[in-house]
Amino acid sequence: MQPETRKFELVCPAGSLPALKTAVDNGADCIYMGFRDDTNARNFTGLNFDLANAKEGVRYAHAKGKKVLLALNTYPQTSGWQRWTSAIDNAAELGMDAVILADPGLMRYATKTHPELRLHLSVQGSATNYEAINFYHEMFGIRRAVVPRVLALAQVEQLMANTPVEIELFGFGGLCVMVEGRCALSSYATGDSPNTCGVCSPPKAVRWQETANGLESRLNGILIDRYGKDENTGYPTLCKGRFEVAGETYYAIEEPTSLNTLELLPELMRMGVAAIKIEGRQRSPAYVAQVTKVWRQAIDACRREGQSFSVKPAWMAELGKVSEGQQQTLGAYYRPWK
Amino acid sequence: MKLALGPLLYYWDSEKVNAFYDTVARAPVDIVYLGETVCSRRHLLRLDDWLEVAEKLSDAGKEVVLSTQTLIESESDLKTLRKITSNPNFRVEANDMGAVRLLANRVPFVAGPTLNIYNPQTLQLLSEMGAMRWVMPVEMSGAALADMQQSRPDGMETEVFAYGRLPLAFSARCFTARHHNLQKDDCQFRCIDYENGLTLKTREGQPFLTLNGIQTMSARVYNLLGDLEEVRASGVDVVRVSPQAYHSEKILHLFHETLEQRIPPSLALAQMEKLMPELPCNGYWHGKPGLDFVPQPALARSA
Repeated sequence: MQPETRKFELVCPAGSLPALKTAVDNGADCIYMGFRDDTNARNFTGLNFDLANAKEGVRYAHAKGKKVLLALNTYPQTSGWQRWTSAIDNAAELGMDAVILADPGLMRYATKTHPELRLHLSVQGSATNYEAINFYHEMFGIRRAVVPRVLALAQVEQLMANTPVEIELFGFGGLCVMVEGRCALSSYATGDSPNTCGVCSPPKAVRWQETANGLESRLNGILIDRYGKDENTGYPTLCKGRFEVAGETYYAIEEPTSLNTLELLPELMRMGVAAIKIEGRQRSPAYVAQVTKVWRQAIDACRREGQSFSVKPAWMAELGKVSEGQQQTLGAYYRPWK
Repeated sequence: MKLALGPLLYYWDSEKVNAFYDTVARAPVDIVYLGETVCSRRHLLRLDDWLEVAEKLSDAGKEVVLSTQTLIESESDLKTLRKITSNPNFRVEANDMGAVRLLANRVPFVAGPTLNIYNPQTLQLLSEMGAMRWVMPVEMSGAALADMQQSRPDGMETEVFAYGRLPLAFSARCFTARHHNLQKDDCQFRCIDYENGLTLKTREGQPFLTLNGIQTMSARVYNLLGDLEEVRASGVDVVRVSPQAYHSEKILHLFHETLEQRIPPSLALAQMEKLMPELPCNGYWHGKPGLDFVPQPALARSA
C-alpha cells in the first residue's frame, strides 16, 4: 500500500437515520448529515435529523468505527445567529467528528467555544485556491477543505502542493456547475438560495403543468423546461433547464447530468486526496446504499490494483441508474468540459 | 451618500474601455472600481493598462479601487492577484478570501460583494483584519441590511449594489464559449461580441438571465433609484452603479442628481427607462425574488 493511499475516506450522505445506517452498513468511512432547519444546505421538508436521531446516528456510526460529520454550511442570517451557534454546541455535545462550515463568523465562534471541535471548510465557502484555504487554516485551524466542483485535476494537485489542509473532493452525484457559495440564481428566481436558506430551486416554487405544447416545469412561474412525449423529465433545477439564446434552444448552462469520477480513482489516490464525497442527502436510503456499495468496492479494488485498476462496467451501470437524467460526466476535473 | 462605479464586468476592446473611462473621469462619480473581475483569459487590458486608467482617474479626483478577480483557480491567477494586493498606490477590493489573506493586517481594504458577509459577526471579523468598507451581497434585503447596520463596526463604510445587471453566479465553465460550441481554452474571446452580455430567454421568450463568459447575470436591470431614500435612511455610505455599454454617463448623472435631491426619483426613473437594456427589478432589496419589481408607493402616488 502506498503511504498516500492509506487514508482515502469515503464520505457518504444521510438525510435520515435509515440512510445513515445504510451508509455505515455499506462501507462509508464518514457520514455527513444536517439538522432539521436552515443551518444546512439541504433544508427540505421531512429531511434531516432532530437531536434524538442525531444522537442515535452518532452512536450507531461510532459503534462501527465510522465518523459522523455535521454540515452547518449555510450563512447565518442576521435574524437567527443563535440557531447556528446552538447547532455548533449540539455538534460538540453529540461528539460529532467534525463540523463542515462556510461562514467565517461561525468558524470563530466554533474555535473560541469548542477549541477541540474539528473544522472542515464547506464547499459553500468557495475556496478554489490555496491562498483562500490557507486563510481559513491560519484563522480557524481548519483541517480539511471541500473544494468546489470547478477545478481541473491539475489545478487541484497544484493547490494541494501549497497547503497543509486535507482536501476532500466531490466524486459522485448532483453537479453544481456554478462555484458553490457564489450562486444566487435560485434567490433571483424564487427568493431562496443555498447561502441564505439552504435550498436551490426549492420544491415549494415548482409547478408541473400539462399543456398543449407538452409537460412544462416552472419555478416561481418561470418556464424551466418543456418535455416532448418520449422525453425523460427531471427536477427543474434552474441551471439545468432548456433556454433560448440567440434563437437557439438548448441546455444553455448544463444538461441534467451527474458527476461521476470513478475512473479518476487511481489518480485521486496518487495525488493524496484525503476523502471523496458523495452528493445526495436529499436522496433515498436506497440511493445511499447503492452508491456507497459501488464506491466501497471501487476504492478497495483501486487500493489492491493501483494503476492497473479499471472501472467495472457493472459499477457504471449501477451508478447510471441513480444518475440525474441517466447521464454522467467528469465535470471540470476533465478540462474540456469547461 | 457617495456614488461609485463598479468594475467593468463585460469584455470590451481597449479603445472602448479607454474612451469609457475618459467619460467617467468627467462624470459625477466619487469612487471608481477597476480591473478584470470575471475571467483571466480576457487580456486586452493587462494590469499595467488598468493601472494607467487608475492614474488618469486618480488625477481627475476620483477615489480609485482595484478589484480582484472573483474566481481564482490557477497559479497565474494568483500571480496577478499578488501584484494587485501589493500595489503601493491604490486601495484594493477583495473578492475572494485568498485576496483577504494577502491584504489582512497590512492595508485597509474593501470587502467585496462575493465574500459572503451575511451577519454582523463576519463583518466584525473582516473589520478587525482591516476592511474599511464592505459591499453587501447582492441578494441581501434592506431589512437584513438594517440589522447589519445596527452593529456595524466603527469606521466601517457600507456599499450597496444599486444599478445594473446583477452578477449572480460564477462557474468554471464559459457559457459564451458553450453557446458557440467552443471549449473555454479555445473560446476565441467571443464575449467581446456581447458588450452587454448575451441574453438567455425562457422558451416563452421571457428574458431571464445574461451570459457573460463564466459569469451569469440577471437579464433585468437591478435599479434602486426609487428606493434611494430607504437606502440612505439605513445609513448606507456608497451606492454602486455597474457599467453598461451605453448611457452609463447619463445613468451616473441621474443617480447623482437624485442623491443631491435635485430631481425627484420618479422623474429620474422615467428618464432612465429608455437607458436600460432591459426592464428594472429591485426584488432583493424588498426581500422578494431578485427579479421582482416593487414600485415605491410614494413614487406611484407622485407619478
